[in-house]
Amino acid sequence: MSACSCCRPASIGKKIVMALSGLVLAGFVLGHMSGNLLMFKGADAINAYAAWLHAHPGMLWGARVVLILSTVAHIWTGVLLTLENRAARAGGPAVEATRRATLSSRTMPYSGVVILTFLVFHLLHYTFRTVALGGQEFGDKVYEMVVAGFSQPAVAVFYIISMILLCLHLSHGISSVFQTLGLRNERWRGRLDAVATAYGWLIALGFISIPLAVLLGCIK
Amino acid sequence: MVKEHDNLDSHGEQTLSLRLRVWRQSRGTTGHFEDHALAAVPTSASFLEMMDMLNEQLIKEGKDTFAFDHDCREGICGMCSMTINGMPHGPLPGVTTCQLHMRNFRDGEMITVEPWRAKAFPVIKDLAVNRSAFDKVIQAGGFITVRTGSATEANNTLIPKPVADEAMDAAECIGCGACVASCKNGSAMLFVGAKINHLNILPQGQPERERRTLAMVKTMDDAGFGNCTNYGECQAHCPKSITLDVIAKLNRDYLRARVKEFFSSTGKPRKGGD
Repeated sequence: MSACSCCRPASIGKKIVMALSGLVLAGFVLGHMSGNLLMFKGADAINAYAAWLHAHPGMLWGARVVLILSTVAHIWTGVLLTLENRAARAGGPAVEATRRATLSSRTMPYSGVVILTFLVFHLLHYTFRTVALGGQEFGDKVYEMVVAGFSQPAVAVFYIISMILLCLHLSHGISSVFQTLGLRNERWRGRLDAVATAYGWLIALGFISIPLAVLLGCIK
Repeated sequence: MVKEHDNLDSHGEQTLSLRLRVWRQSRGTTGHFEDHALAAVPTSASFLEMMDMLNEQLIKEGKDTFAFDHDCREGICGMCSMTINGMPHGPLPGVTTCQLHMRNFRDGEMITVEPWRAKAFPVIKDLAVNRSAFDKVIQAGGFITVRTGSATEANNTLIPKPVADEAMDAAECIGCGACVASCKNGSAMLFVGAKINHLNILPQGQPERERRTLAMVKTMDDAGFGNCTNYGECQAHCPKSITLDVIAKLNRDYLRARVKEFFSSTGKPRKGGD
């Protein structure tokens, strides 16, 4: 690998940065998903929640700065790890056999890229409001904006697929956090894997429920 | 349909006819597969004995033999190193190639035999790879610095049985490199984890614990091994069934060593033990 080790952060160092930034992002999606579920309580509930968030710019921007830093750190270590690991494998054997590596663990870079693409689209869609909203102005009417956004089946399906990939990403990511921080052993491995998978599904199903409800006409 | 007694040798033992795809490579070349047919392989032969038979056949044909590593042939030295049908040490979990017997294969089966594939393990010839990157990791800290001479009284250092067992489980690692070969990242974390653990959990390993952990991880990184991403393939292919626990503990010890180094009273890395 590179001759200069000062330019190449230690392997376990990168893993720890990846784990901690991932933990911040995994915590954020839980908060985000819980807030979103206010859609089921009605327009007033979620619009009031959005207004409350915007009324506290210090808190909002504090959270945003932490999230941006975590995202950058997560992508940076992810790219470094992927490139270094490809090089270290030297092409691998002609016959590839897999005994226990899960689908989610083997697809982390791919699910990560799709989630990043989704993130960019999602920010342009509902934060900057420049795409897929037909140029309408919604102001503080978040409820109406979300209903208008998800009334387009292509957009809703893209959200749903992205959330399934997020579930896959989380199910390996969360269990890896414990391993990387050294908080796992043979006895707890299976249990923590189950917790991670359950967390992934909880987040994914929570998020998916909203575009699905709009598509099925439960939320109008 | 082949009748069972068609495949018996003169001792009444069942034999196999095999098609072998074996990696051929000399230093400085990219290498390629060579196809060979080998008949009358007894099912009681070990995989290495089957390779010996192939080499004898090649000698009789006036051809170059295949180079492969082997030594004790009883599963404890860590020298044998073949990727068999994509699996380091072959299809039987928990054994080395020398302890893998041909009864685990079918008559007429095509078997692909490759060297360990990893950037840090360059091919010397055919199936033999250079594993001195592991030696460098051990030289960096896989030892305890003690005054040599007559052994001390055993009861001077008391070690609880569970701790001794845990250290022995880690010390079972024979350094064969199957973890690196099976890892889709070419990572050596299972090996380094095992070596660090078997010293770091014993009282004798404590004085050099931080220095050992940092030095061995740095040497591992510099050797060009990949980074662990928790696939778990290493545990599934380890002939000694070393578990991922050693990697979790390595991660914990590394974090601890970095924190202790960062907050050390001089603010400089400790050089203890050198």
